[in-house]
Amino acid sequence: MTMPNTQHMSETSQRPPVTRVGVIGWLRANLFNTWYNSLLTILILWLFYKAIPPFVDWAILDAVWGNVESTVCRQTDGACWAFLYEKANLILFGLYPFEEQWRPTIAMIIFVSLVALSCHPKAWRKSLIFAWVIGVPAIAILMWGGILGLSYVPNTRWGGLPLTLLLSGLGLMFGFPIGVFLALGRRSNMPTIRTICITYIELIRGVPLITILFMASVMFPLFLPTGLTIDKLLRAQIGLIMFASAYLAEAVRGGLQSLPSGQYEAADSLGLSYWKKMRLIILPQALRISIPALVNSFISFFKDTSLVIIIGLFDLMGATKAALTDAAWRGFYKEAYLFTAIIYFVFCFFMSKYSQYLEQRLYTGTRR
Amino acid sequence: MTVPTGVETNRTGVAALWHDPQARSIIYQAVALGLVILAGWYLFSNTLQNLEERNISTGFGFLDRSAGFSISESLVSYEASDTYGRAFLVGLLNTLQVALLGIILATILGTIVGILRLSTNWLVAKLASAYVEILRNIPVLLQLFVWYGVITITLPSPRQAFEPMPGVFLSNRGFMIPAPVDDPVHGYMGIALLLAILLSLALRAWARRRQNRTGLQFPVFPCSLAMILALPIIAWMVGGAPVVFELPILEGFNFQGGITLSPEFGALLLGLTTYTSAFIAEIVRGGILGVDHGQTEAAASLGLRRVRVLRFIVLPQALRLIVPPTTSQYLNLTKNSSLAVAIGYPDLVSVGNTTLNQTGQAIEAVTIFMTVYLSFSLAISVFMNWYNSRIALVER
Repeated sequence: MTMPNTQHMSETSQRPPVTRVGVIGWLRANLFNTWYNSLLTILILWLFYKAIPPFVDWAILDAVWGNVESTVCRQTDGACWAFLYEKANLILFGLYPFEEQWRPTIAMIIFVSLVALSCHPKAWRKSLIFAWVIGVPAIAILMWGGILGLSYVPNTRWGGLPLTLLLSGLGLMFGFPIGVFLALGRRSNMPTIRTICITYIELIRGVPLITILFMASVMFPLFLPTGLTIDKLLRAQIGLIMFASAYLAEAVRGGLQSLPSGQYEAADSLGLSYWKKMRLIILPQALRISIPALVNSFISFFKDTSLVIIIGLFDLMGATKAALTDAAWRGFYKEAYLFTAIIYFVFCFFMSKYSQYLEQRLYTGTRR
Repeated sequence: MTVPTGVETNRTGVAALWHDPQARSIIYQAVALGLVILAGWYLFSNTLQNLEERNISTGFGFLDRSAGFSISESLVSYEASDTYGRAFLVGLLNTLQVALLGIILATILGTIVGILRLSTNWLVAKLASAYVEILRNIPVLLQLFVWYGVITITLPSPRQAFEPMPGVFLSNRGFMIPAPVDDPVHGYMGIALLLAILLSLALRAWARRRQNRTGLQFPVFPCSLAMILALPIIAWMVGGAPVVFELPILEGFNFQGGITLSPEFGALLLGLTTYTSAFIAEIVRGGILGVDHGQTEAAASLGLRRVRVLRFIVLPQALRLIVPPTTSQYLNLTKNSSLAVAIGYPDLVSVGNTTLNQTGQAIEAVTIFMTVYLSFSLAISVFMNWYNSRIALVER
């Protein structure tokens, strides 16, 4: 071996020009790579300059903090965070009795941790079912009370975030199995069953949720035998379950359709009955494929539960509107809506990130 | 070869029937149909009984009765003494108006944001994705309330109205814009436009025939565009170039004249447009990314110019991915326009809700809602099927 050529070494190890690497290089490549991109960058920076300082002034510097009267807020141009000190309880818990609000808080914590646990693929085993079997009655006891020394709280006083989580949670829990059956029915080769399922799915998907909620609130009482009534919350919940099941059925159908027909034929050739074929071969694969679509349906359903305000329930959105009707605090809509929007955003954003994570995780096996 | 019949002969009567898949399927279907009919009949009889007890007459006869409530804005003339039927018509037209405008604006805005998300400018791409993420993850109802709050609470009163352009006023009573005053020349401009469109179609047909015959190309698009723009302008200039706008003028506490977009309409349109544009942006982005890069390279290697690559190679393939989900977004926008009831814009559901509360005709009102929205869905899915069959990939 000869000595390495030092001349050559120094040439290859020379650093690239400063304008091509590091911060400057990144700026050149990503912000100023063409003349129109430079123009756009400068325009956006100018917009930031125009928008951010006033926002900081409003939200922080000129804002009113702490537990003060609304008249103090009226004297400044800044945000009135005192509104949230006063109304956060109402927005978060609706009309739930103030001294009992630790109960819905714990119920929500149980619910959110159950959901978080269920999100983890490692936890997908039998013990998860037990966790739900224990968790759901615990939530019901906490919310209603009446036993174990807890005072009874009728569900007409439920509201705020617990109600939103309840409506969407129960809607999905009951809507999902119904949706699976509807999807199977839609793919069935029995014409009558197929027609019934298609009619139901397309009827529900073709109309706005508001009409279904109206139907639930004004038509359900007419459907029932005379003398029998069900309360408003349950009617809304039934309407939401009907709505969710139709959309989830379509998500599941996507999974069923994308499964190669060889799977169906293989199951048939093993002599499995229809239900065994579905339970052991088809659904485990089809549901796995449709998980991203299902999570997307979950997100839109979670957002759509805000529509129950129109039939007079105080969910998170309804309680926010209710907080704004207080004459002393009228007009602080920015603070109220910002607060509520952040809550909705956090839930939906995590769900959508989770769906992306699952998509990546679940497709590793089939990706070539 | 004979089919072994031993299995069947072993079983007789009901058991044989149960083990015959065809017979079993008929039994299942009969049971399912029977249950549905039974449930329907049960609900129906309960309803009739309940209605009788509450003294509510069924049927659509109430549509001919006088409504007795006024509607704040309508495209056709409407008085409180008009019938419920007319009120429903006003609501339907208001729904169509906001849905149509929303669809057009959301498509434009969504396409722009979708393309911006693919920008090589880091700041632009990040800003566009922030726009999409924020709007998609907040309920549209909340967004409508925010827009309504911005217009009715934060915008100044008409006396201190913003005037971003001469004649355009933004105030808490809505947006006021100048209205063109009717002039016979407008009719001639319309005729000129129609003529230009017909001429363009003829030109296209001729150019295609000529290209098939001789292989020579003709710049159809620039010529058509020039004609469609130029002919109405020429008609306008020949007519004496009348520029008469009726400006909104502050009188007392509000503006008179011009076109007024109410705060409710403005909030609904803004909310629906921005919300739906976020979804359309994602669809557009996915559609563009979905076209294989090899397609562009192959087209370039054939010597096609950039515009032609876009027009003949990328766009048709991207549209195949973009159009189906976009139409379902259009349908969503139309359905979401029923949220107008929450901010008081008199759309179909809002008018129907008032009617329902006044007359108690719940079943009829909900039936009207469902019929109208189902017709929209049906119309859109018919269009979708037609479009899909037109652009479907033709494989050998």
